[in-house]
Amino acid sequence: MSDIADRVKKIVVEHLGVEADKVTETASFIDDLGADSLDTVELVMAFEEEFGIEIPDDAAETIQTFGDAVKFISSAA
Amino acid sequence: MGKRMPQAAGRSCAVSPCRVTTEKTNVCLWGKLMRRVVVTGLGMVTPLACGVEETWSRLLAGQSGAGPITRFDTSGVVTTYACEIPFGDGSDGTFNPDEWMEPKDRRKVDDFILYGLAAATQAVKDAGWEPATEEEKERTGVMIGSGIGGLTTIAETAVLIKEKGAKRVSPFFIPGSLINLISGQVSIKFGFKGPNHAVVTACSTGAHAIGDAARLIMIGDADVMVAGGAESPISEIGIAGFNACKALSTKRADEPTKASRPYDGDRDGFVMGEGAGVVVLEEYEHAKARGAKIYAEVLGYGLSGDAYHITAPSEDGDGGFRSMTAALKRAGVSPADVDYINAHGTSTMADTIELGAVERLMGDAAASATMSSTKSSIGHLLGAAGAVEAIFCVLAIRDQVAPPTINLDNPAVTPKLDLAPNKAVKRKIDVALSNSFGFGGTNASLVLGRVK
Repeated sequence: MSDIADRVKKIVVEHLGVEADKVTETASFIDDLGADSLDTVELVMAFEEEFGIEIPDDAAETIQTFGDAVKFISSAA
Repeated sequence: MGKRMPQAAGRSCAVSPCRVTTEKTNVCLWGKLMRRVVVTGLGMVTPLACGVEETWSRLLAGQSGAGPITRFDTSGVVTTYACEIPFGDGSDGTFNPDEWMEPKDRRKVDDFILYGLAAATQAVKDAGWEPATEEEKERTGVMIGSGIGGLTTIAETAVLIKEKGAKRVSPFFIPGSLINLISGQVSIKFGFKGPNHAVVTACSTGAHAIGDAARLIMIGDADVMVAGGAESPISEIGIAGFNACKALSTKRADEPTKASRPYDGDRDGFVMGEGAGVVVLEEYEHAKARGAKIYAEVLGYGLSGDAYHITAPSEDGDGGFRSMTAALKRAGVSPADVDYINAHGTSTMADTIELGAVERLMGDAAASATMSSTKSSIGHLLGAAGAVEAIFCVLAIRDQVAPPTINLDNPAVTPKLDLAPNKAVKRKIDVALSNSFGFGGTNASLVLGRVK
């Protein structure tokens, strides 16, 4: 797993209080990992902070899964 | 007007119009007798311990919850000691946050919500109330307040904006700081869909919450209410703010356990505390029907305003006198019936003003009553104080013992009442009165009694 994926996974595990092995490529933050809409806002903010990037609102809405997050950050970072 | 309140059940008035007192139920409302309200569940987190019995036994033993502040670097503030909750693994009365809220959720709330949720969870479990039907859920409400709410979180977020910009503000900042979010969190956790409310009256919050919640049950808006207060003011901004008001003790950094000394000639201000107290209030017949353990009855509740000064009580103690008088009137008891008084008694100059008001109220009956300030042991829990102290009154009635006023070595005045100096007093306690007075000149008094 890439360095970016590791760092994203660490944030997801910490913020959503889930086991690391549940955070799979296709795991949806809301449907599979128990997040609500405010949790997803906070997750995106944590990604921005960790990777020093800015994720616009319309892009944030497309980040639904762990895989989406890694993909977006890999292209932006 | 009787038709307006069909839910205000109970027996019909024998005499119309209202304002008729009877032996069992003391007040009429629009032609109906008000329903009786009893206490069926208790919960608390205090500087002495997490848990009601753990706190109570330490209180009766005369322990103090005060010590040097560990929560933040105190080099910038005047007062360096307070009564902090003993955090730990949950054993021996310590408070283990993980027992009450998952770490991922705890991050999203200020500590006052954590404390309130912990105390509420204890109280609901103690009451054994698990509403099963939709109607039962809708008849169960929550009214837990706070004096200041998420002060620490607000301060930290302001610093964050200054350092990193407004876009870094957490989506949980607002719902983690709002005072009514204890009531919200409790309702979500237990599915209580009745009245959801929160009181904010500074140091009278806890008493007002219990009194107002009892009234919702009395007039029929709910059958069960989870009520109380919580506070987490031990942070740099909290201590600095109360230091600036000249309200806190400053002279006893070398012996913090001696700093809170209500009525003592050497007192020099209150000692900040933190924590939560929550009770389950229930309509009497409802509690009886389900075989609930009944601790005590909420007999009376009185409120008043000083209309005098933003932080100081009027020197004649008139506001406190009127709230006590109103509470006794509602309870239908005379001063001679009052066995124990849990004073507001913060260890400030206001102690003797309250004492004067109580002596005026009690008259000749003062000689046979016991009054103590449990703030001598736990400090001042601000918005939680009135709720925690109402619970102490309930336990005083249950165990027939008045908790002590510790550190009362040299009384500032010669009291007409027994102030239970340094030692718990075993005695008959059928009726107890609890006082809470807050900044802004807001006063609340509760009368609790043995169920007859």
